[in-house]
Amino acid sequence: MRRAINNAQHILLYLLLAFGGFLTAWPFLWMMGTAFKSYVEAVEPTLNPFPKQWHWENVAAVFNAAPFGRYFFNSILVSGTVTCCVILTSVMAGYAFARLRFRGRNVLFALVLATMMVPFELTVVPNFTLIQRLGWYNHYAALIVPWCANAFSIFLMRQAFLALPNDYFDAATVDGCGHLRFLIRIATPLVKPVMVTVALFAFLGSYNALLWPLLVTADESMRVVQVGLTYFRGDFGVRVNLMMCASAIVILPAVLLYFVAQRYFVEAALSAGIKG
Amino acid sequence: MPRTDKMKNALDGIVNLMDGLLQWLDDRLEARRARTRREGLLAVLLLAPAMTLMGVFGFAPLLAGFYMSLFGGPLGENQFAGWGNYIRAFNDPEFWNSLKVTVYYVLGTIPASLVGSFLVAYGLHRILRGRGLLRTLYFLPYVTSAVAAAMVWRALFMTPDGVANLVLELLGLESQRWILEGKGILHLISGGWIPQDIGPSLALGCVMLFDIWHGSGFMIVVFLAGLTAIPRELEEAARIDGAGALRVVRHVVLPLLSPTILFLAVVSTIKAFQAFNSFYALTQQPDQPLFEPTTNVVLYIYGQLYRWNDYGYGAAISMLFMVAIILVTTLQWRFVGRRVHYS
Repeated sequence: MRRAINNAQHILLYLLLAFGGFLTAWPFLWMMGTAFKSYVEAVEPTLNPFPKQWHWENVAAVFNAAPFGRYFFNSILVSGTVTCCVILTSVMAGYAFARLRFRGRNVLFALVLATMMVPFELTVVPNFTLIQRLGWYNHYAALIVPWCANAFSIFLMRQAFLALPNDYFDAATVDGCGHLRFLIRIATPLVKPVMVTVALFAFLGSYNALLWPLLVTADESMRVVQVGLTYFRGDFGVRVNLMMCASAIVILPAVLLYFVAQRYFVEAALSAGIKG
Repeated sequence: MPRTDKMKNALDGIVNLMDGLLQWLDDRLEARRARTRREGLLAVLLLAPAMTLMGVFGFAPLLAGFYMSLFGGPLGENQFAGWGNYIRAFNDPEFWNSLKVTVYYVLGTIPASLVGSFLVAYGLHRILRGRGLLRTLYFLPYVTSAVAAAMVWRALFMTPDGVANLVLELLGLESQRWILEGKGILHLISGGWIPQDIGPSLALGCVMLFDIWHGSGFMIVVFLAGLTAIPRELEEAARIDGAGALRVVRHVVLPLLSPTILFLAVVSTIKAFQAFNSFYALTQQPDQPLFEPTTNVVLYIYGQLYRWNDYGYGAAISMLFMVAIILVTTLQWRFVGRRVHYS
């Protein structure tokens, strides 16, 4: 009897979750469908996301309308480098904040967290001036270097190292292992899920950024995909199908990366990050 | 011998070499007598890259921004203004309006997405099969760039015959101007009975809806992480004792989840105060004056800095705004944090 009620509840729960998931994913479906509609069909008011005829040539039209190949190369290069650097800096700093005792540790950590509260728009002007002084304007360095360390990643890594049992370190010390060796050989492999999480967020943050890349680059050859995407924005309905096609293409690498990372990006990865 | 073995040997060699190097470094550090001093040196080494970067690109601009805020006129025409820019902000109705928009937006998005995300996450936590697929559906919007997603939503909100109006038509309702509508939502619902400048505008409502959709994936994943950390036995024990589903949530799940809730509330409130991309990509036109009903503080700062080149004033508003964010965050830690249980 009780079992039967539970099953009914379970099915209701599935239906609700599936309905919510469908609503959430619907704009995607609509985007993917419209991306391959003809222009005439795309501007026709309809709730049916699927095209009557699939126009695959829209992809080619997008790549012809703007040098998207180059944009992709820039975006992947920049976001990839930023991601690697963020992992490196946040593992190092996170370990220091979690496991080392030194004077001023708490003050320094509070300062790191405080940077999360600074409105980005404010720092843009002084940073832009600095970039020009350094001669980095319109160079990859301007797109990469300022984003190689951030508070959120350091925070997540610190929490991950804090969650490691002290016994691990004590045991390693008895065996004559110092901090550096402990960090690289023992601690880092243990916090791999959190590192993947940090990497995913770092990549998404860099890949999806718009304002900064727009300001510090001038040449077509230095633009990234998000800037390229704005070229399709224009007025409503002008090229709505190509606009959607370009969006779909730009989203693709991020979605692929999510699927690759998902294996690690399990619930356990973040759970350590938030306690205490 | 296959090539992979050779490569494996080579890799092992490199690893051993690295290990030796690390051992040597560790020994060098060990040579220092006092333990704390040794850790201090190591800490400096480990922190140097991150702190240098954050100092140069995070803190230095903050000081520069404060300096900027004390001068009037465009950059280069440095007329010392003292606190003039700050006083100007207090008497600027447009600034107050942008603050109002920001507050509506924060109040309209944070509680709704926290509650909604928790419900979805708890649902996902309770089901046994298909969790991965459903989680992916809910997480997809977060992966999308705001620019790309906003283009999709602009098309959905298209006037007069976008998808949103089509749905209204099917329900037998009047079509709306959505992201172009500056009149208040309450005004439109009440049929004009409530004045149009009370409450958030419909355009702002669209931005809120968009960001609840766009940001909930992150919250759901973090909630799921917190839920996984709760031992199943606790929930089951409560249920065996005869507690209903609601009481289990209220008295077992929510208290144990409180650190996660606090973390999400604080982080997402800061993010909501600083929302820019969605406002800009969804409701503003690049070559036109800012659309006031959806001009939040950050957009107003953006306008001062990049449209009107009033750097000193833009910097002053940024400073005030930052102080406000720090205040709100501190209050959250104080009042919500007090009710948090750490296991």
